[in-house]
Order: sequence, then structure tokens, then C-alpha cells
Amino acid sequence: MYEHDVLVIGAGLAGMRAAYTASQNGVDVAVISKVYPVRSHSNAAQGGINAALGDRGDNWEDHAYDTVKGSDFLGDQDAIEIMCREAGEEVISMENMGVIFNRDDEGRLGVRSFGGQRQARTFFVADFTGQALLHVLHEQILRLGVRVYEEWFVLSLIMEEGECAGAVVMEMKTGDIHVIRAKAVIIAAGGLGRVFEPSTNALICTGDGMALAYQVGAPLMDMEMVQYHPTTLKSNGALMSEAARGEGAYLLNSEGERFMERYAPNMMELASRDVVSRAEQTEINEGRGIDGCVLLDVRHLGEALIDEKLSQIRQLGIDFANADMAHEPVPIRPGMHYQMGGIKTDVDGLTNVPGLYAAGETACVSVHGGNRLGANSLLDTLVFGRRSGEHATDYVRTKKHANVDDGAADADKAQIRDILDRDGGGELFGAVRRDLGETMNSHLAVFRNDEGMRTAFDKLGELRARYEKVVVHDKGRVFNTNLIFTLELGFMLDCAEAIILGALERNESRGAHTRTDMPDRDDENWLKHILISRTDDGETAVDFLPVKITQWEPQIRSY
Amino acid sequence: MEVTLSVKRYDPESNRQGPYYQEYGFDIDENATVLDGLIKVREEIDGSLALRCSCRSAICGSCAMRVNGQAMLACNTKINDVLPSNGGPVVVEPAGNMGLVKDLVVEFDIFWDKVRAVEPWLQPEGPEPEGEYLAPNEDMLHLAGVMSCIMCGACVSDCTVLEVDDNFLGPAALAKAYRFVADPRDDADDKRLGELNEYGGVWDCTRCMQCVEVCPKGVAPMDRIMAMRDQAMEAGYTNTYGARHAKAFADSIEHSGTLDELRLPIKTFGIFNIKEMIKLAPVGIKAQLAGKRPPIIHKKTPGVENVRRIFKKFEKVENDQ
Repeated sequence: MYEHDVLVIGAGLAGMRAAYTASQNGVDVAVISKVYPVRSHSNAAQGGINAALGDRGDNWEDHAYDTVKGSDFLGDQDAIEIMCREAGEEVISMENMGVIFNRDDEGRLGVRSFGGQRQARTFFVADFTGQALLHVLHEQILRLGVRVYEEWFVLSLIMEEGECAGAVVMEMKTGDIHVIRAKAVIIAAGGLGRVFEPSTNALICTGDGMALAYQVGAPLMDMEMVQYHPTTLKSNGALMSEAARGEGAYLLNSEGERFMERYAPNMMELASRDVVSRAEQTEINEGRGIDGCVLLDVRHLGEALIDEKLSQIRQLGIDFANADMAHEPVPIRPGMHYQMGGIKTDVDGLTNVPGLYAAGETACVSVHGGNRLGANSLLDTLVFGRRSGEHATDYVRTKKHANVDDGAADADKAQIRDILDRDGGGELFGAVRRDLGETMNSHLAVFRNDEGMRTAFDKLGELRARYEKVVVHDKGRVFNTNLIFTLELGFMLDCAEAIILGALERNESRGAHTRTDMPDRDDENWLKHILISRTDDGETAVDFLPVKITQWEPQIRSY
Repeated sequence: MEVTLSVKRYDPESNRQGPYYQEYGFDIDENATVLDGLIKVREEIDGSLALRCSCRSAICGSCAMRVNGQAMLACNTKINDVLPSNGGPVVVEPAGNMGLVKDLVVEFDIFWDKVRAVEPWLQPEGPEPEGEYLAPNEDMLHLAGVMSCIMCGACVSDCTVLEVDDNFLGPAALAKAYRFVADPRDDADDKRLGELNEYGGVWDCTRCMQCVEVCPKGVAPMDRIMAMRDQAMEAGYTNTYGARHAKAFADSIEHSGTLDELRLPIKTFGIFNIKEMIKLAPVGIKAQLAGKRPPIIHKKTPGVENVRRIFKKFEKVENDQ
């Protein structure tokens, strides 16, 4: 058995930011990650990180209002205020740690424009900002000597007398199953993109963190709010950064028209993501698409700017769409990108389960509400990663370890034996995963309706039945990825359940949840969060929480 | 299209001795990548195939492996581009120079140990600034070229020095070191260059270009290593074999227009360095026996004045900068 004061699950930005803080505060913190830290999906954030810096003539309240409006007034305003107020300090401290950032003429941090915001306040490193932040935070974790259990996979959380007391984990290289006892656990395990097919998300984004919390009774909130990014490649769902539109790219339909004129006359291509994705899907549905896509055109920006600021996505276009953006428009379409919802936390990352924290995409504070603004996700990971690290530090100082021993792993060991013992004739996890992804993408995408969501729910039942019979070809212990993927699929099915239940519940259209059968926002009845949880007897329960409004009353939302 | 992948497999738990090749044939889209093919195998054909992969967009660095003998990312390599002209299968093997764990999964612990060895974190001096450090954008853009390294290990896989010398820090760790040496905010350059001057550091690269060739992100590790050699010498670290070798090389060319191969090792190691001289003796004897000993009297090449003029011109350019 291993033992730490604080155990962080996930080594992306939120997890490492939490661990950095806890370590600096002198508590014994360890990080566990199913991949090497720099493989984490924070890498994929291309465009930048938002912060309103006072000395640049910006102010955090403007940023907060843009975020509130972007969220379609579902975000909790107290949390949004905290995030936007602390943003500047967070960006500066990352710079001081070593992030390079593009600069202005005076050598200070430079900014670019991003969607849904009235002011350019997105700090960036070319078009690989997430990678630049992630690698630097990893450098700091190395400097501090924080213990990282690399390529260890979390199987379940340990509960003792109603509190979270650690985790049961598998060391992938040996297949050994261990118990890690901890006074506090911070889940920072990222998103669930693979529940959808296609998705911009990495293959590791299987909702492990949300499912782990859901399984011990922590409620998931706003799960129906799934962001479809406006610019993804058709071939493999790869993301083409919003930075392209931030730098001035056009969106064109089959008639060569900048169609955003009709949907968002002021902000045009830089309206918020839900608005742009709906516009694109409408163009495609009404026959003005090209082979299921519209066009992203950056040619007028010139090759020099493209190479300086958009080089990575230029390469993506060449690699995966056979199109060089410098010379031709690239076909793109909306694609699943981000989960606004997640494990319900307060502004210090604390969930409804004592000793259990969550931060980053896994969590729902909620700062993104119905729609996240581009470049607010990196900010979310850092601010709330740090805050949960701080709060957990205080919490464990007065806390004793719960009475946990190696027996805590018995149930997981038995389950894994069961899976490995299954007869060789059944189907592999792959077919079930693909059917799940395609079901979600058919019925819980940009436009939804009651019938489709019910179809998805019924299908989920079938998929669960098939999952119980999935076979694993690899019967060994060493780096058994076949087993890991199968376990991940179990997490994904739980996440899908919460998404569908939340979506069926919300009888209105708000943010990313657009119902063709209920097209209007209904502030009177639905200015509230939907919480889905699993009770001790395995049933699901639905609860509601009113949206916290501090200074901005809901208004009609136009861009 | 119909394709066949021949995948090198290894299972440490099986009774079978050592790795073997297994062929998988399937139908797949024309634009499919090698990774798409491998995912198809593990999801539909043979779940037991182990490999690391995640982002599918050449950003996470998980899926570096050898395809037809050369290291690359499986996720940005189209099968169509690597189909052998003889109609044979596409050969997929684990990355080289790292121990095997299973199938395409290799041991990365040593890779990270070497990265840790260059103290890969910013080491500024003095108090933290109120706001950000001021830094010229062009310096930051230059650094971005190195920061785009995704630590995939393709360069380490195909490094020809690591094949014979485990002690070499290797192209990935050295490129990481350069990221700090070239960072105007880092004040530990002197210490860093001093350490990189030691055995296993910048002078152990043989300039074979392989790392530049296989890097999927254009980081060009070898160029960074060469830049650090220059900086080390400029910083006064001239009393190493590598630095003296470089200087002796340049002096010889400037003096005679050609390389004085006999005196190069003597000037590098020093005539009174008995240990190294003895080590060199067998090389000299072998050369003598093979009739390949360099001439004892080194002659100037005709037109050496022109070579010297080139040197002068370079010096002037450098002084002007």
C-alpha cells in the first residue's frame, strides 16, 4: 500500500497545477496518470489563454461578462468572477515559470482576438499554447521532485465512512494492483470526448474522472452541455484552432458567401462557438455545404502570418485534409470538442463528497455554463487547479488517514479476473465503443430532439448489455492495453448515461443544448443546473440548483 | 484499399523466445494513417496488440515507432506514403535505442532520466519581476522552434551515437537543454554549458543528421547541439577534447587548406596526455598496416591563400555582428 496526504488523479494542467501548489505548501502530494504527463490532452489547446490585464486597459469584469454571456447565462457568476479576477496573476506566474508567450514590440505579452469577446485578451504561444503551458508546468513538477506514478491507471475511488480515502490503481507495466491511501483526492482527469465519434479529443479522453466520482455518489452537473467546435476536419475530427478565426479567417458556404453575416452580424466568425456551430450546421442542412462541410479560408492573411502563428494547423490541413491553407480553403465542420459539465464542485474544487476534489474539464464549477468561450478552458484548469490544491492542503493538515488496507482492492481484482476469464468468442470493445460514439453523435450533437435522445437512451441499454460480454484477447499482465481500453469503455458508458439523462431533462434550448422541438430559452423555468447522481442502490437521481447571479441578469443573446 | 502491416511483436510473458513479426491484412480508407491501421487491428482483429497512442494529431508524442526502418509518428504517417514499391507489407517496429516492454511499447524511463539530468526548468537570478519578464518576440519565436518538441523520442530511437554509447544524453534531452540556454530569462547558462561540455554532452554528437531527419516537429536537435558547442566555446569552455578538436580542425584548414589528420588527435588530446596517446596507438598501427597512415609531413594545398581569405572574411562578419 502507498500513502500520500494528497493524491492527484491526472497530470494535465489542472492536475499539475494542483500538485505544484500542494507541493509548494509543503504537503506530501503525488500525481497518478495513465500516460506520461506531457502526453496529457491539455497539449491540444492551441489558441491561447484569456486574461484581462489592467495595465493593458482591460478589466476582469468585461471578461467576466463575456464569459457569462458566452455561457448563455448558465454559468455561476460568483465562480466566473473569481476565475476572471485571478486570470492575470495566473498568466503572469506561468510566464515567470518559463512559458515563452508571443510578445508585443516592447517585449511584453502579446494578445490575439478570440471568439465571443469584445476585446483581444488571449495570450498565446503560436498555436500550441496548451503544449507550451503543459511542458513548463511539467518542468516545475520535475524541479519540485513531486512523485508522479506514470502510466498507472485508476480503477476506483476508496470510500470510508462517507469520505474519499484514496484510490485503487493498476501499474500498467506490471499489471499489479495497488491501494493508494490519501487524505484527499483531487480528480483532474480531463474530459470525455471519446464518448462521441468523431471527436477532437485524444483517445485517452474517456471520462474516467467523471465516472469515478459518479460511481461513489458525487453528482455530475450540466452534463447535457457538450460543445461542438466549429472548425474540425472531416477525415479524423482533428481540431483546427479558433486562432485561425482569431487572426481573421473567413467561413464560407458553397456559394462563397461569408454566411455568418446572417447569424452574427457584429461578431461574424468570432461569435461564440455554439452560435457558429449552429450556423454551420444550418448551412449544411439547408444544402449550402460542400460534402457535409463548410470552408475555412485564411488565404488573405498571407503565408508569413500563417507560418508564424498558425503553422501547426497548416500542417494538420496538409496531413489530414490534403489541403494547404496558404493556398486553398480547408473543408471543416462542427465536431464534438469539450464537456462544459462535469463533477459538481464549489469554487475551491470541493465536490459533494468530503475529501474529494475536482478541477479542469473533469469538473463543473460552473464557469462555462451552456457554452465555453475559446481560451477559457486553459484558464479554468489553472485557476481551479490551484484553488483545489490550496484548499486540499488546508484540509489534509488537520486530517488523519482513514482506516484503509490492501483489502480495498479486492472488488477491482475480482472484476478484472471476471473480464479476463470471459470466453474468447465474443466481440472486442472496439465495436461497442464505435456504436456508442456514433449514437451520441447522431442524437446529442448540435441539434437535438426528444425522440432522438430517447433513441440514444434505449441504445445505451443495449450497449451496456453488450459491454458485459466484451472479451479481452490479451490475458497477460504486462501493459495490457486491451484490458485498459475495456475498462475505459465502462467509464464512457457511465458518462453517456449522465449526458443523455441531463439532456432529456432540460426542456428548453440554451447554449450547446439546442432542441429543435423546444427552440427557445426559458429563463423562467430553466435558469438552473441539472445534477445527475447515482444513489447507493444503483438508481439515478436528478436534482436542480439555481444559477448564481451576482451582477448580470439574463438578456437576449446576440453577437 | 487493401493493406498489410507486418508488426514486430514481443510478449515478455509468453514462452516464445524474443520478438517475432505478425502480418495483419485489412481494408482501409486511402487517407488512413499507420495509426488508423494499428487501431483497426487492436479494435477489430487482435485486441492483444499493445501500443501507445493518444492525440492522433502529432501533438502528444505517444506513437513514435519505426515504419519501414525509420522512426516517425504513426499518427501523421499515411499508409499510402510508406507502401513499399516491391508490394511487400509496411513494416512497423517499436522505437529503437529503448528497451522493449511489449509489442510497440518501449521503455521510456531512461529517456526521462536524461531529460531530468539537464535540469529542465527555468533558473532565473534575482527577484521575480512585478509582471512578466520583458523579452524580445524574435527570441521567443526562436525558442518556439524548440518548444514545439513533443518528447516523442523519434530522435532518440534513431540516434546513431546512442546505439553504441548509452551515456550520451541524446538529441531530445540536449534540445531541451538548448531551450534554456537560449532563453534570455535563464541565468544559469554558464553552469549549463559547463555540464553539457562533459562526457555524454554536446561533443559526443557525431553530426549524422539522423535526428534532424526523423523529428516530426522540425526541432532539428543536431542544429541546437551545434549551437551549444559554439556557445560553450564562446563562454570559455575551450579546454575540452571537443572544443580543442574543433579548434585544431579549423587551425589546420586555415593553415594548410586541408586537414592534418596526424596532428589533429595530438592537438586535441595533448602530446603529453600519455593515456590517450596509448589509446590511440593501435589506431595508428592499424592505419600503418593498411597503408592508410596520414603523411608525416603535411603539405599545404595549392591556393591556400584563398582559404585564408575565406577565414578572414568570416572573422570580419563575426566581428561586425
